[in-house]
Amino acid sequence: MTLSVKHILSARDLTKKDVDLILQNARALKEISYRPIKKVPTLRGKQVLLCFFEDSTRTRLSFDIAAKRLSADTAVITKSGSSMAKGETILDTIKNLAAMQADIIVIRHKEAGVPWEVAKAFPQISVINAGDGMHEHPTQALLDLMTIQDAKGGVAGLNVTIAGDIFHSRVARSNMILLKKMGAKVHVCAPKTFLPADIDKYGVAVHTRLENAVKASDVLMMLRIQMERQDGFFFPSAREYSKYFGLTREIMKFAKRDLVIMHPGPVNRGLEIEPEIADGGQSVILDQVENGVAVRMALLYLLCGGKEHE
Amino acid sequence: MTEKGVEIGIGKGPSPQAEGFFLASLEKHEDNFMITKHLMSEAQMDESLAKMAKAIIRRNKNMDEVALIGIRSRGVPLAEWLAKKVKEVLKQPVDVGSLDINLYRDDLSEVDEQPVVRKTELPFSIGGKGIILVDDVLYTGRTIRAALDALIDFGRPKFVQLAVMVDRGWREIPIQADYVAKKLKTTATENVKVMMAEFDGVNQIVVKDKK
Repeated sequence: MTLSVKHILSARDLTKKDVDLILQNARALKEISYRPIKKVPTLRGKQVLLCFFEDSTRTRLSFDIAAKRLSADTAVITKSGSSMAKGETILDTIKNLAAMQADIIVIRHKEAGVPWEVAKAFPQISVINAGDGMHEHPTQALLDLMTIQDAKGGVAGLNVTIAGDIFHSRVARSNMILLKKMGAKVHVCAPKTFLPADIDKYGVAVHTRLENAVKASDVLMMLRIQMERQDGFFFPSAREYSKYFGLTREIMKFAKRDLVIMHPGPVNRGLEIEPEIADGGQSVILDQVENGVAVRMALLYLLCGGKEHE
Repeated sequence: MTEKGVEIGIGKGPSPQAEGFFLASLEKHEDNFMITKHLMSEAQMDESLAKMAKAIIRRNKNMDEVALIGIRSRGVPLAEWLAKKVKEVLKQPVDVGSLDINLYRDDLSEVDEQPVVRKTELPFSIGGKGIILVDDVLYTGRTIRAALDALIDFGRPKFVQLAVMVDRGWREIPIQADYVAKKLKTTATENVKVMMAEFDGVNQIVVKDKK
């Protein structure tokens, strides 16, 4: 059994079989995190390059921990503190690092498409997209899918709503693609300014009132308001956004009793979600973080495997 | 299960670890292999496991401190079967766990595809316990080497013993079993197949060889 792809760039590239294979391995590998010795020797001597040209805590840490649990070595490069600050181009930077014999490159960049360019430049190295601009974040979609399946026993036929800043969200894009592929009914809910112009292409139901979306949902994924990507005209004020699109206990009165609440983090407490709900019994936010490590272990394991590719 | 690939003669081909793939590969090679010997029927397996259970109890006075751990895949139903036989004699249950050794294999850089990792389930602490590893066929010894490495990551057992259904020889590392139901000489092309109802639809042990 092997993946149909050499790189993990987009949720679009993965077949259903790939997804099942990744999650099957992730579920088995998750157990390692509970052992007294949280490490297996499987990827001894493999080099994973973590290129985070955009800020990240949990994704970077998640990949780092995943690699280390499998005994791979990691090297981290960030934008500040690297030679990129001295004007070196991304490809030059990575080329130099790849010359140090990387087996896998994990890359996050603020521009869409960069991981594809890197994959093209280094055909013999597997590249994992850890978030490119407003485009995609496939490993997040995989860990979200795993969390939904574990919480609900499956995903096909479930009503899953993604609510908030869809426009700026690579998490939303990868999730819409992957959830549709795996048979979920996907809804989005956002103010019109937060809906991408091509939202029709995703084949999702669109709501502009949160209570309507909540009523229909089995799973509700609240997105983070990305303050760093706002330039003022998407919503009048944080308070107004929170009033109409924040998940409050008031809105939760419309929800099914077994509604599962997710958030990719980091949470803006009190903005898109009330703290009581983020920490409440229906929230699986911390499961998402935990599954993130397991999914990334599975990907590193599957991509590192096998003989040298010709 | 590491040896299986070699045993069924697919050599360095795709790893047979994934159950689906394993069955498919068996079918694929069915044409080239035929059953040449029937080693044990289900009744004979049952009888052997009962004998093995008695030997285990004789050797280990303090059975409260002993657990059986089956090596995935076919060691697991065997361990459960063996535990049933132990219980019949002792009138008390014995802990049973399962161990997946794929992450500890020494040939991961040589196989074409990564074997699918399956769950390791040890619902008890192994520290200070006597562990009896259970597997179907003892061949090169490499699976057991990997299993020992895997086991040690969960704690420090008081001792480890090994129980196998068939010892077919051809060891590549210095490992031997403490309890063997059937010992036999094999040729390089032969494949000893412990078939388990859970995976193969029937409980029996056969030898296959190239036509």
